Amino acid sequence: MDREKVIEVKDLVKRFGSFTANDRLTFDVYRGEIFGFLGANGAGKTTAMRILCGLSRPTSGKVMVAGIDASRRPEVIKKRIGYMSQRFSLYEDLTVRENIELYGGIYGMTMKEIVPRREALLERLSFTAYGDTLIGSLPLGLRQKLAFAVAVFHEPEIVFLDEPTSGVDPVTRRQFWEMIYETASRGITVFVTTHYMDEAEYCDRITIMSEGRIVALDTPSALLSQYGTASVEELFVKIARPQKTGV
Amino acid sequence: MKRFMAFVRKEFLHIFRDFRTLIILFGIPAAQILIFGYAVRTDLKNAGIAVLDNARDEVSKELTQKLEASDFFYINRQLSSYDEIDPTFKQGKIKAVIIFPERMAAGIAREGKATVSIIADGSEPNTASLVTGYVTGILNDYSATLTKDITSAMPMINPEVRMYFNPNLESHFMFVPGVITLILILICALMTSVTIVREKEFGTMEVLLVSPLKPWQIIVGKVTPYFFLSLVNVIVILLMAWFVFGLPVRGSIALLIAECMLYILLGLSIGIMVSASTSKMENAIFISFLALMLPSLLLSGFIFPIENMPKIYDYVSMILPPRWFVEVIRAIMIKGAGFAYVWKETAILAGMTLFFMVISSRKFKTRLGEGK
Repeated sequence: MDREKVIEVKDLVKRFGSFTANDRLTFDVYRGEIFGFLGANGAGKTTAMRILCGLSRPTSGKVMVAGIDASRRPEVIKKRIGYMSQRFSLYEDLTVRENIELYGGIYGMTMKEIVPRREALLERLSFTAYGDTLIGSLPLGLRQKLAFAVAVFHEPEIVFLDEPTSGVDPVTRRQFWEMIYETASRGITVFVTTHYMDEAEYCDRITIMSEGRIVALDTPSALLSQYGTASVEELFVKIARPQKTGV
Repeated sequence: MKRFMAFVRKEFLHIFRDFRTLIILFGIPAAQILIFGYAVRTDLKNAGIAVLDNARDEVSKELTQKLEASDFFYINRQLSSYDEIDPTFKQGKIKAVIIFPERMAAGIAREGKATVSIIADGSEPNTASLVTGYVTGILNDYSATLTKDITSAMPMINPEVRMYFNPNLESHFMFVPGVITLILILICALMTSVTIVREKEFGTMEVLLVSPLKPWQIIVGKVTPYFFLSLVNVIVILLMAWFVFGLPVRGSIALLIAECMLYILLGLSIGIMVSASTSKMENAIFISFLALMLPSLLLSGFIFPIENMPKIYDYVSMILPPRWFVEVIRAIMIKGAGFAYVWKETAILAGMTLFFMVISSRKFKTRLGEGK
């Protein structure tokens, strides 16, 4: 493929003592792609994601994120990515505007850069009326959308979404995915983990992890035809279960 | 730096927006200053006293022995001149100086009376009034035994009591240092540990860690507002002490503030350590409260004199920062002592600060750096 790689992972291994959390992971993610990262709990998703975010260093293997080597200069990676976790990440006792200012400031933006972009964002989300409302008094759906907007506010190269739609109603989830598409179309790569298998089908490509290894990696439709399943959910049940032999 | 300032600004917003935090920050100190104006009565045991024996005759020697023989006192030192009184008090090992007049035995034989001066350390009003009471009691006993020997109608040894440092024996004098000590531990250790743990509990810590902020910036950013607010608090308490109770700071204010800053740093590093060891707010509160507040209150010598406690508590109290800080601040505020008199306590506090800082930064690194 001739598309630009923003994440390059080759033979990534992460061990904690004798436990191997990530076993020789190899994959690439391209610019502007929506990359789904699936796996049962304990499959090693979180560990891999922490390494990609510069929070943890690989035991061995090559990890390049936005052109930066994760085992050498993880702190530089942090400046080029955005992150949103399943747990709510905005401060409830700050207003919408203050939260945006905080994250803009943390990512090194000046108020001069923040203010016009912030107002444009509020406009786009039709949030202008809520600008000075405390986050705590907003409904959950709005908050979650705002949290995503804040995660990409500083125009990162990649945004990592860790189960961003947990506990969100279907309508909001839908809107949320529209935001994800919109973001990807601006050239921001979206790396998303999710528990919802229907969401996996919205991704450009998905990878499924099991017991620290990647067991499948392709576009959702290619995987469905390859395994002969009707939905990603079925596919997941089929291949993501730990393979126990002799039981 | 810009990133850091954006973060500190947010911390201030958290504090000023939370009514309860504000109450704890500014309401409680004021209330405590006023409430603790009432003394707690305590008993006396083995208080150190010094004797300045100008008489050196049988009466003064017998009295000295009686004082020494009682359970209430032990003679810490024999003074040889009036000039030694002040430095001896400032060292803080004695609670009172007993001064026997010249030619005491002769005076009693001739005029049937003598005057013994008792100078007590008024910076601890409870102890001071107990000490003078007990000394007076011993003198009266001794007078009574003299009555039988001597034919004169009423031979008396008159105790003449004077308070050192705090002439009117106003009890709030001693509570001001105690309240400062408590408040600083409360704000610094308890509130910083809670505010850091809160980020962990709400999941915002994760986002901060993924951000370009360095872990030390997050921690320092979180405690910076508390450092300044604690200082403001000290000043508010001192002003209240001055305007409400008329208690001036006798020693150097700069030294006092510097010591407070040291103690605030100590409190903050303890708070950080607590927050590194738990990720639940209740735990942070529980640890701070049980492990810091209660021992501080009970064992620092702020309410109950340490010399009355069983020896074991004395040793236990030595590892508690408040014990040393109460002494420092009492010495500076009430006795007007300079750095020369508190350097030892200061050194201990500085050592503790360093210790907790090293421990907590280590703990944080291992906690935050590598995964669960």
